Amino acid sequence: MSKVFIGMPPLPAFGSGNLNLTEPFPRAAARELGNQQLRSNLRHATHTIRDKRLKVVAELPDWEELRDAGSAIKESVMADLPALLERFEANFTARGGKVHWARDAAEANAIITELVRATGAQEVVKVKSMATQEIGLNEHLETEGIAAFETDLAELIVQLGHDKPSHILVPAIHKNRTQVRDIFLAEMPGVDPDLTNDPAMLAGAARSYLRSKFLTARVAISGANFGIADSGTLAVVESEGNGRMCLTLPETLITVMGIEKLLPTFADLEVFMALLPRSSTGERMNPYTSLWTGVTAGDGPQDVHLVLLDNGRSAALADEMGRSALHCIRCSACMNVCPVYERTGGHAYGSTYPGPIGAILSPLMTGIEAEENNSLPYASSLCGACFDACPVKINIPEILVHLRGKDVDSRRGRMKPPSQMDLLMKGAQWAFSSGTHLGLLEKGLPLGRLAAGRSKKIKHLPGLAARWTDSRDIPAPPPASFRDWWAKEHVPEAPITQQGGEA
Amino acid sequence: MSAREEILARITGALADSPVARPVPRGYLRASDTSTARLIELLTDRLADYKAHVDVVASAGVPGILAGLLAGAESYVVPSGLPDDWFAHPALEADGAPRRLRDDVSCPLSVAELDRASAVITASAVSVAESGTIMLDGSPAQGRRVISLVPDHHVCLVPASSIVHILPEAVARLDGTRAMTWISGPSATSDIELERVEGVHGPRRLDVIIITDK
Repeated sequence: MSKVFIGMPPLPAFGSGNLNLTEPFPRAAARELGNQQLRSNLRHATHTIRDKRLKVVAELPDWEELRDAGSAIKESVMADLPALLERFEANFTARGGKVHWARDAAEANAIITELVRATGAQEVVKVKSMATQEIGLNEHLETEGIAAFETDLAELIVQLGHDKPSHILVPAIHKNRTQVRDIFLAEMPGVDPDLTNDPAMLAGAARSYLRSKFLTARVAISGANFGIADSGTLAVVESEGNGRMCLTLPETLITVMGIEKLLPTFADLEVFMALLPRSSTGERMNPYTSLWTGVTAGDGPQDVHLVLLDNGRSAALADEMGRSALHCIRCSACMNVCPVYERTGGHAYGSTYPGPIGAILSPLMTGIEAEENNSLPYASSLCGACFDACPVKINIPEILVHLRGKDVDSRRGRMKPPSQMDLLMKGAQWAFSSGTHLGLLEKGLPLGRLAAGRSKKIKHLPGLAARWTDSRDIPAPPPASFRDWWAKEHVPEAPITQQGGEA
Repeated sequence: MSAREEILARITGALADSPVARPVPRGYLRASDTSTARLIELLTDRLADYKAHVDVVASAGVPGILAGLLAGAESYVVPSGLPDDWFAHPALEADGAPRRLRDDVSCPLSVAELDRASAVITASAVSVAESGTIMLDGSPAQGRRVISLVPDHHVCLVPASSIVHILPEAVARLDGTRAMTWISGPSATSDIELERVEGVHGPRRLDVIIITDK
């Protein structure tokens, strides 16, 4: 049997766009750790949401059964993906929608640009969407002379602040109300100069700023939370009504959806609409969910498109161990319980997908060797809280360990065998083989204190040990070894001997 | 090779190990025999939690409640399939009463007209008591999706017989191919310091009338 299949595309085909880190996680994290505002905002946000989540989850006696069902449904989607995609396409198309397929970020951007161009519109309104964030759509449209307006309040804050999202559910959580007011005052055309920092006032300012955009927009771009194969239905879950505005007012609607977002049947929604709002915002249900199947005559956009996006998803699917990362429904429960995310924030992950899920999803989609993404699987203490919180039971710690293994394997070919390790082991063997040897080495402790300096921390060790200190500080060694201290404190006064006769 | 063919081939290649999914365990609750009285109580509680206002009345009381809710409104939108009987109240029929604007797929109001309207009255298809969710499916008494979105005040009629306890019961009653809106409270955001603000782009006020004998 030949190993070469004619016409079979090379596997895996990795993704591009906003998935790659540009610097290693340890370096980005070290910088972000110094941002007090970020850390205190994040601590407050993640703890508040996780408490709310626990409360509404506890209300459901069948939560674990729902998780089981959610996990199994997604497993069945992955196993049957080609057929489900074709079924979805057939049903969506039969009802007047048009389906486009995009191999990667660049192709998706080109398709969308072409669709917008065909309408003659110069601007579009946008519903918050991870997929369009991933492909860098706004930046691309800008270079093509098309203005894209984010309409979710948090995305608007991020966009006007020329910033990046730091959380997938509350992207502007790193900004406080005064910073938001300052951004609005500086960047929002026609804003009331007396704007206060009251959240209700700020939401009101966003409402009036976007109102005319909604009422006049001819083209909208959205993501999708679910695509239902059996009916050809798309669903968008949101809170503010900006989603409904974009999905129902314009003439043309372009939706971008990852190929993994399918559900087989309409009935499967009963599982996911129980899991998603409770896991993400800690609400029993989000204020608004919109569902549409192709075109509905007389109701909503009559020119309806869907761009199905691969961009590295097929590569993730090819990883037998990692493919369950594609079960993710983007609820953000994992980041809200993650001790690493809580301290570093989302920017440190350098990708559209931060937190524990990002630490596996990004390297799976780009390949572990891409740019700096090989540091992401180490951005975890493997405490397992993310696995417990995940509504579809993605075993994130297990996949993190699996990816660490892949990273080590991928380096093995490139690295010369480290003779330093052999030397270290030889040294240790000598040191621990006799008390005298160890005592001799302990005399060197003050040298270590000298190396630590005033901060009492050793930040860089040379050679092989540098890989340890890259992401950790080592406290200065104590002034004396335990053995020296014991000897000093316990000077034997007299030899202890067994004495009889003392009754 | 087209993008479609190539992506499908990539996925097929990625599944070369032929994974077999386990059967989906449907051990979660899919039906409930909760009493109507309890469903009304639960739905009312959930909607109040979302800061929606709820009235529970028999159908004879609906016009009076509507007249009260629309007091001070200049105009309100109704979908063409909504029976006129609901508006049989002196305060809604006299001279100077708020103007009733009919919206129909064949004769839709413009967005500007919707934007100027003070309120909208719609029926609903199904409601889920457990999560406080009201589902609209675009039937003639519920109208186009946009009419319950643009006016700042939405009054929604919920027959007690259309209330179910849990989500699976509602999903079973719906036709998935209709354009749908599921509503759980008024428009809300928590994007600034997680402080909940009711009302951003959708209606800032949601009033629900639960009709006990329907």
